[in-house]
Amino acid sequence: MTPIVLTIPDLAIAGSLIVLDGVLSVALRLGLHRQLAIAAIRLVVQLVLIGFILRGVFALASPWLTLGVVLVMIAIAGREVAARPEQRLTRFGNYTIGANAVAFATLLTAILALTTAIRPTPWYDPRYAVPLAGIILGSVLNGASLALDALLSGVVQHRAAIEARLALGGTIGQAMRPLVRSAIRRALLPIINQMSAAGLVTLPGIMTGQILAGMEPMQAVKYQILLMFLLAGGSGLAAVAVTYLGARRLTDDRQRLRLDRLSEKAKGRTA
Amino acid sequence: MTARLRIANLRSRIAGPFELAVEAGECIAITGPSGSGKSLLLRMIADLDPNEGEALLDDRDRRRFHAPEWRRHVVYSAAEPGWWGEQAMDHFPASEHARVLGLAERLGVEPERVRDSLARLSTGERQRLALVRALLLDPPVLLLDEPTGALDVEATACVETVLRERLAGGTAMLVVTHSAEQADRLGHRHFRMAQRRLSPA
Repeated sequence: MTPIVLTIPDLAIAGSLIVLDGVLSVALRLGLHRQLAIAAIRLVVQLVLIGFILRGVFALASPWLTLGVVLVMIAIAGREVAARPEQRLTRFGNYTIGANAVAFATLLTAILALTTAIRPTPWYDPRYAVPLAGIILGSVLNGASLALDALLSGVVQHRAAIEARLALGGTIGQAMRPLVRSAIRRALLPIINQMSAAGLVTLPGIMTGQILAGMEPMQAVKYQILLMFLLAGGSGLAAVAVTYLGARRLTDDRQRLRLDRLSEKAKGRTA
Repeated sequence: MTARLRIANLRSRIAGPFELAVEAGECIAITGPSGSGKSLLLRMIADLDPNEGEALLDDRDRRRFHAPEWRRHVVYSAAEPGWWGEQAMDHFPASEHARVLGLAERLGVEPERVRDSLARLSTGERQRLALVRALLLDPPVLLLDEPTGALDVEATACVETVLRERLAGGTAMLVVTHSAEQADRLGHRHFRMAQRRLSPA
């Protein structure tokens, strides 16, 4: 059950495949060899750095340091969520909403898993908390950015329909409901596809990693199932949070549709 | 005599201030070049755009209404109406279908068109069905933005007949129109909008 330990020469041999890609790029004039080299170097440097950081964090096992690392990861994910939609809310709305939704969904899902299914001692043991938060964040980030993009582009596209409903005495909740629904649906479809295709199209990454690391396949499968449920739950929570927070930003105390809170540049493009 | 609708010092960042009092049964026609602020004024009165100042319905301050309640009484119908359903009938309460068909027919829209896909209707048919949506609420105030902009002479006459009946029943109206003739036919008073200011014509 012990993992086969990789040595530097092992990695160097695999690295020769990157060199092969580089040779192909030159031979076929793909013009990619520079980018390829930079990407490969970045991969190594970034991962080695993360490895050292994780080693330090695991060794210290401080709850505050662990929380700090998770919060930094959440802040970076929040920025990603904010950057992906084409439309921008004014006053850093995208970022505030993205970071809050991501934090809420990730912390809730991770803490639930750590205190019930996985139960390390202590429950905040960074060896479990940090990688778990990381994998949940990836999925939450996807769900949140899809939902925010669908909401913000949809509100511009369906402006006349929403305002028609308001003008006839409908509440902002009634007017926005179809859009809110479709934004959340759009965010959940990828994870639903991922769950239905798991094991058929590809072996999911976590499972593959754990089998390679020496884990018995049924154990690895159980882990994968647990993680997929966590990812689906996290995505759902993030999508709902982002959509409702976003919809609230797009209205005011008189239940108007406030498209003036989307940035000028974005408005010009859709006019 | 108290006005049905009164606005005082109504202004936004980009338009106004506006002063206006409309009696029950009175129609105010507003003309003016495109972009002069006609739609802005109607949207401000309906509280669809941020604005300051006073608006009163039968002497009751707008701030004492919930926003949706205010808009149900002071109904704005846009020049290019929006739709959220597949067919026109999706936009009416099921209990009102008989009235919808009756009103549509009076405005010159064939009853079966109401159940057709909206994409298959002409601009003029959609415009009249949007008007049906507003009329169905029996609001005390109607704010109509070019209600006959896409209609031929015959259909325009149908619409004006129905609007005149509503006026006789006590509805107050603000009608934005590009046609000076329509302003004369319908309007008891006629205002001109220029550079986001309103003045008697």
